[in-house]
Amino acid sequence: MPAPEIVAVLTSRFSAASFALGVEVPAASLLAALRALRDVHGYRYYVLGSGAETESSFEVAHAVRNIESNDTLFVKVRVPKDAPEIDSIAFVYAGAEWQEREIWDLFGVSFRAHPDPRRILMPDDYPGHPLRKSFAMDTPWGYRPATPGNPEAGS
Amino acid sequence: MSGGPIEVVERDFGELALNMGPQHPSTHGVLRLVLHLSGETVIKAIPVIGYLHRGVEKLSEHLAYDQLAPVYERDDYLAPTANSNAYVLAVERLGAIDVPRRAKWLRAFVSEWQRVASHLVWLGTLGLDLGGALGGGTTLYMYCFREREKILDFLEELTGTRYHTNFNLIGGARYDLDKTSAAKSDALAASVEAALPELWAMSGSNPIFQERTRNVGVISKDLAQGVGITGPTLRASGIAYDVRKAAPYDAYGELNFDIVTRTAGDAEARFQVRMDELAVSLKLVKQIVAGLPSGPIFTRKPLKNPKATKLPKGEIYAAVESPRGELGFHIVSDGTAKPYRLKINAPSFKNLQIVPHILPGGLVADVVAILGSLDPVLGDVDR
Repeated sequence: MPAPEIVAVLTSRFSAASFALGVEVPAASLLAALRALRDVHGYRYYVLGSGAETESSFEVAHAVRNIESNDTLFVKVRVPKDAPEIDSIAFVYAGAEWQEREIWDLFGVSFRAHPDPRRILMPDDYPGHPLRKSFAMDTPWGYRPATPGNPEAGS
Repeated sequence: MSGGPIEVVERDFGELALNMGPQHPSTHGVLRLVLHLSGETVIKAIPVIGYLHRGVEKLSEHLAYDQLAPVYERDDYLAPTANSNAYVLAVERLGAIDVPRRAKWLRAFVSEWQRVASHLVWLGTLGLDLGGALGGGTTLYMYCFREREKILDFLEELTGTRYHTNFNLIGGARYDLDKTSAAKSDALAASVEAALPELWAMSGSNPIFQERTRNVGVISKDLAQGVGITGPTLRASGIAYDVRKAAPYDAYGELNFDIVTRTAGDAEARFQVRMDELAVSLKLVKQIVAGLPSGPIFTRKPLKNPKATKLPKGEIYAAVESPRGELGFHIVSDGTAKPYRLKINAPSFKNLQIVPHILPGGLVADVVAILGSLDPVLGDVDR
């Protein structure tokens, strides 16, 4: 469970809203909130980055941990569906780099100023983002990877 | 031959990109590394993963809670029980489902046996990677697998399967430990313990082994935290974080054991941490057999329909210490009988992410030593 005093600080400073595992911050203050967590409050350990899709928006959650006080905190942002783009935090936490690539790969949320914005689990030329709710479980396996002889394949 | 001085011509070959994997034996599965080399020195390393991606997280959104635990046992295939353990913990905490005390102890029991088995695979394959340095490739491997075979035989007796034990149920455990098996476990722990000095003599105290691992692939404390590496790899960099102590689950709050750490942060430190953890795990299984509480192992009502279990709306994160580190499940529930979103926080994925940071500057020959010391399982990386 996240430390209540840290949640209170984030709530007042970044107009965040708290939920069971941490706080939800406005997209504009994501970088500032995570920098403060790392540099001021000692949350230097990066735990995980995860995406989710709700009816109205995408959610990106980063979990960070203060190892000394043994406290794990989730910082969540909402990303609009019509323009799914959010700041990358890979320069604050190096561990976010792959996790953000995974969120881009599976949800199609892109990250501004990401050092290496490629897909990570699916093939580079794969069409679509499998973890979106609109991606049906019975989507046919029509995909063939592009080859030198057939550069147009891949859809 | 003329008697003049030998002229050495230095030729600059520029940068060479070398592809390693995905079918390279030292990549422990289907990892592919693109190594940019200048002579023998690595200047850039780009890991390419995803060859074993099976879409487990997508599948999770289409199966009911009670059907899912066996699915995750296929993720980290060297320690299957740790996966389902983390999953059932998350579900039990969100749904406030009681677990009998004996079941908690038994979960820890199977987890620790699998940790021993998993570390033995790691040590054996590390021996294969370093090959000739250890007196001809497969020797250490065979010694490790001899011990591991006994553990798998024991798990087969206990659960019916050698590997994917399917041991954890939401709300309890599936198999009980009887007196005969308990005695066998003690005897087995003693026999594996007796083999540890032998394994150490073949690896850790071999000067060539030390040469190949000492000061190789050093991970500093800051880098370790920022990248979020976990498990023995993190503890070898001097950070004493172990989920079993930091957020005790199962029986670990009641058990008596120490966290193993090293401060060097190199491949040898990671090797030493895992070797010491073998001894800790063997102590733990003996402790569990000695102190196993009596009582039922499953107290939920028998399931007439596995698709009927519903969880309240909410979010939860629960983690266990798998042999590779913190293995967590982040579940978002919308109140139905299936997870709305389920994210697996896989330790191998996080540990592999350190590779582009520590390979540059080292030699090509060090790449296999470093990869072996990280102990990635590609089923866990790609999910």
